[in-house]
Amino acid sequence: MIISMTLELKDIPGQLVLALEPISEFQGNIMGVVHQHEEKTPRGTIPVQVMFEIEQSRLAELTERLEKSGVRVARVGEERLRSSVYVILIGHIVHSDMGDTIDKIDSTGFAEVVELSLSMPGIDKPSSAYLVINAVSDRELDKALDILRDVANRKELLLIETIRLNSGGT
Amino acid sequence: MKTVRISLIGFGAVGQGVASTVLSKRDFLKKQGIDLRFVGITDSKGSEVDENGIDLEAAISRKKDTGSVATGDMTALEIIRNVKHEIMVDVTPTNIDDGEPGLGNMLSAFGAGRHVVTSNKGPLALRFSELNEAAEDNGLFFRYEATVAGAVPIFNLVHEALAGNTVTGIEGILNGTCNYILTRMTEERMPYKLALKEAQELGFAETDPTYDVGGIDAALKLVIIANSIFGTGATYHDVDVTGITKITPEALELASNNNSVIKLVCEAVNGTLKVAPRLVPKRHPLAVGGTLNVASIQTDLAGRITISGKGAGSIETASSILSDIIYIARHV
Ligand SMILES: NC(=O)c1ccc[n+]([C@@H]2O[C@H](COP(=O)([O-])OP(=O)(O)OC[C@H]3O[C@@H](n4cnc5c(N)ncnc54)[C@H](OP(=O)(O)O)[C@@H]3O)[C@@H](O)[C@H]2O)c1
Repeated sequence: MIISMTLELKDIPGQLVLALEPISEFQGNIMGVVHQHEEKTPRGTIPVQVMFEIEQSRLAELTERLEKSGVRVARVGEERLRSSVYVILIGHIVHSDMGDTIDKIDSTGFAEVVELSLSMPGIDKPSSAYLVINAVSDRELDKALDILRDVANRKELLLIETIRLNSGGT
Repeated sequence: MKTVRISLIGFGAVGQGVASTVLSKRDFLKKQGIDLRFVGITDSKGSEVDENGIDLEAAISRKKDTGSVATGDMTALEIIRNVKHEIMVDVTPTNIDDGEPGLGNMLSAFGAGRHVVTSNKGPLALRFSELNEAAEDNGLFFRYEATVAGAVPIFNLVHEALAGNTVTGIEGILNGTCNYILTRMTEERMPYKLALKEAQELGFAETDPTYDVGGIDAALKLVIIANSIFGTGATYHDVDVTGITKITPEALELASNNNSVIKLVCEAVNGTLKVAPRLVPKRHPLAVGGTLNVASIQTDLAGRITISGKGAGSIETASSILSDIIYIARHV
């Protein structure tokens, strides 16, 4: 699961490392850190937002460890996959190991193929697939699309992307 | 009454469309105080030249009856250089290898002090900057509304009506043949080859369709847009092009089940030029059907503006050419 955690650090050096180390130790995959130096809490601590992927079973243990080391865990929330895009792939999708393609996206931790419809008209004919990909944010979605573009390119599949709905806006 | 003399180089579908449109608008033009006088008309076999003005009706019938407008053998370049006139209208075939004969016609026209109006994409897609400079250096008008999206006034809209705006991006469907094929494949669940055959039988697609279905024609138009609106100096080789030949009826059905259609979309955004099949939501203004063309222009002041209309046809294309001619006639 993807977790967004707000931590409160004491305003002394070395605190960020103290907070991030346990996450890695528990096999968490850190995706983003937002450090707000200017925004002190009334308690004089500095809030930091960390986004990471971790096994659900290890979350409680991690929180406990953080608290013990003096890092206050102010908020823990599951991050939903908020950005979504759909694409169509055409070509010899089955021969080209679709599972592998989906794994590549799912294994990023920040994006996931949540829907797949496949249409196969005949054994030698090209198949068509409709895919929906969700990601935590537009930026991560772009990264997932990059993976797909690369796979499509190498496997000679035609990738049909959606038009940009707000392109070039200012 | 202001007399504006014109040479018409090329007398095919568009050339004859221009002639018959000018004929049918004679009264309107008279009211505007404009007398358009055609002093030279050419096709591939020869030409007719008359400094007092060619009888357009007779020229059209002669072309229909004999296959040629020719009454003499003066060449296009000789007419452009030696017969006195104000506007050279080039409606010769598009050639994307070297732009000829259009490129030579246009450069000679600027050299001889003639304004240029054209529907011929080749020279503009290959040598836009050079042509534009030749026009500017000689203080002449260079108008090419008909080169992109036929009747749809994209350049007028951006340069005249939207003057003062900064265009930040353009997306469009600029090839009617591809749009027709994709529309038919969607509506009838037709395979690509069958839809192409139908388009050929209806005269929308050439016997050699690669130029359309390979996305080349759309890319040429995108290059002209990029040059005219963004001044990028781009050429055909700067466009990332994917055609529609691999689109399956199944893909169109999958798209349709999810409220989308697949269209061959041209896109000029953030300095990149791309022509590729794209998913477009059914209710989006870009989702026009049949042979229609559409352009959606994102601007800083006006926001997004979308116009659509007929991208080809002899009279429709002549509409843009006539509008360019009248623009020049009013300004000289
Ligand atoms: N048709 C459309 O709807 C449309 C729309 C937008 C833009 N355009 C563009 O407009 C241009 C004209 O299209 P079109 O449909 O009218 O083509 P077309 O019917 O093939 O006409 C081309 C004309 O040019 C003549 N020609 C060929 N080589 C020539 C030469 N070296 N010198 C003088 N004349 C020459 C041809 O002579 P012959 O008559 O003796 O063959 C013909 O009269 C093309 O560049 C096309 O891409 C067309």
